[in-house]
Amino acid sequence: MSLLQVDNISRDFGSLVAVSGVSMAVEPGELRAVIGPNGAGKTTFFNLISGLLPPTSGRIVFDGKDITNLLPARRVWRGIARTFQVTEIFPELTVRENLRIPVEGAAGYRLRPWLSREVAQEMAARVSGLMDMGGLREKADRLVGELPHGDQRATEIMMSLALKPRLLLLDEPTAGMGDQETYDITRLIRRLHREQKLTIVLIEHDMRVVFHLADRIMVLAEGAVLAEGTPDEIARNEGVQAAYLGKAA
Amino acid sequence: MGQINNKLAANAIVWLLLLTAPFWMHWVGGYTELGSRVLVMALAAMALNFLLGFTGVLSFGHAAYFGLGAYGAAMTIKYLVPSTPLAILVGVLVGTAAAAIIGTLIVKLRGVYFAMVTIAFGQVFYFITFRWNTVTGGDDGLTNWTRVPIDLGFTKLDILHNPELFYYFILFFFALSVALMTILLRSPFGRTLLAIRENERRARFLGIPVERHIWLSFTISCFFVSIAGALYALLNNFVDPRALYWGLSGNFVIMAVLGGMRSFWGPLVGAVIFVVLQDYVSSMTQNWESFIGLLFVLIVLFFPRGVLGIVRRKVAS
Repeated sequence: MSLLQVDNISRDFGSLVAVSGVSMAVEPGELRAVIGPNGAGKTTFFNLISGLLPPTSGRIVFDGKDITNLLPARRVWRGIARTFQVTEIFPELTVRENLRIPVEGAAGYRLRPWLSREVAQEMAARVSGLMDMGGLREKADRLVGELPHGDQRATEIMMSLALKPRLLLLDEPTAGMGDQETYDITRLIRRLHREQKLTIVLIEHDMRVVFHLADRIMVLAEGAVLAEGTPDEIARNEGVQAAYLGKAA
Repeated sequence: MGQINNKLAANAIVWLLLLTAPFWMHWVGGYTELGSRVLVMALAAMALNFLLGFTGVLSFGHAAYFGLGAYGAAMTIKYLVPSTPLAILVGVLVGTAAAAIIGTLIVKLRGVYFAMVTIAFGQVFYFITFRWNTVTGGDDGLTNWTRVPIDLGFTKLDILHNPELFYYFILFFFALSVALMTILLRSPFGRTLLAIRENERRARFLGIPVERHIWLSFTISCFFVSIAGALYALLNNFVDPRALYWGLSGNFVIMAVLGGMRSFWGPLVGAVIFVVLQDYVSSMTQNWESFIGLLFVLIVLFFPRGVLGIVRRKVAS
């Protein structure tokens, strides 16, 4: 059974149809890339899955349950985490605090006025583990707002991972990054996919990254699915080449 | 960790000054009731700042819950039982209950809309107390009652005739409230409030039910402001509708911003400046509010982080 199943979903903004009848099925452990020219509806599609926007029509099923009308926070509780195209973090808090909030939240301590010493240590250990994985250890007590873009991105991804998600949505994780930073983030995503068997859907413009990472690729154009398949199939697809890859190359 | 030592030192100084205030206040031209008023206003401003500085939500109607606490306490003594502890209890229950109910109606609003609606609801309570002469005394206020000495069994605390004792009575509630706020702000729950202040969208997508947490923060904030209100009525042995007026809500905001709303002790510093200036300048001119206004504008323009914000930067550099 698919982990995420999107059935014929649409979203209008007045007369503008941003997403039109898109369906997608993501299997557990799969890494799916969503590509397409600017304005193809990729981010709107993510906003529908994560609950930032309600769809005009269609249905979203996660782990066998209909989540179409669920609030964003409840989708997070079910196991869907996301990052944003423009990094969304807590700029005036330290890296450690940025990570501590989702770690405590995922452990169900959101309303606790008090943590026992043991639990507090356990939380701190999880935060440390995440900082190590994201290469943020040396910057633990710096304010995130003062860090370079790449570190802010890494912090946001780590915050999403702190939620122990079953599905991770990454909206252009390498946007605005230099070569080294792109390489680091790509390696991190691959590790999450290969070692932790995390199911990931990502929007990406950098084709090197897409073809390096993706198991399957979905191409959107003007709000609709243009093609879907393995990286090889997509590379050979003439329609895709005409509409998108041809222009990019 | 120099930062932690600085914090400890700051806390020690604040508590030492507050504990010894009745002994040195007259040396600097003050008097005990002035100290008591500073404490009450500081508690109100810190309560407001729980919501403003640590959740990022601006309320311009906190005087309503301050005033409800005050009327609840005053009316309990005047009409029900001559007991100071019961008066405080009733005042706090009334203020907090009203905040909990109104909170459910406004938590979806943000920014200036939230502020406007809190003013509107505050004014509703103001006009009720203003108009309901037979019960509230209307514009003349609720008179002919006093706070009641407390009988502990083995000894009697005459908080009515001993102003120093009453100062420590207020300090007791102040300390209790400050301790509770500190615990809450350092807890996982407190961190979810910071998360909402910093980035509401991110907070939501970390699974924090933002509306529920803002409602909790609003209600907790009003719980503490109604404690301050009840103490305010007891301090004056009097309460009138101005205790609920939106101008007073504005004063709470000014105190918090003046002292520094990102610092825990900021509103206390702001309340000291505000109340002392009010006391001194109003004895010289009717227009004391212009001076406060001018000071406020200058601070906001040149030191947006408030007085404590300046001190902190100096210490850090």
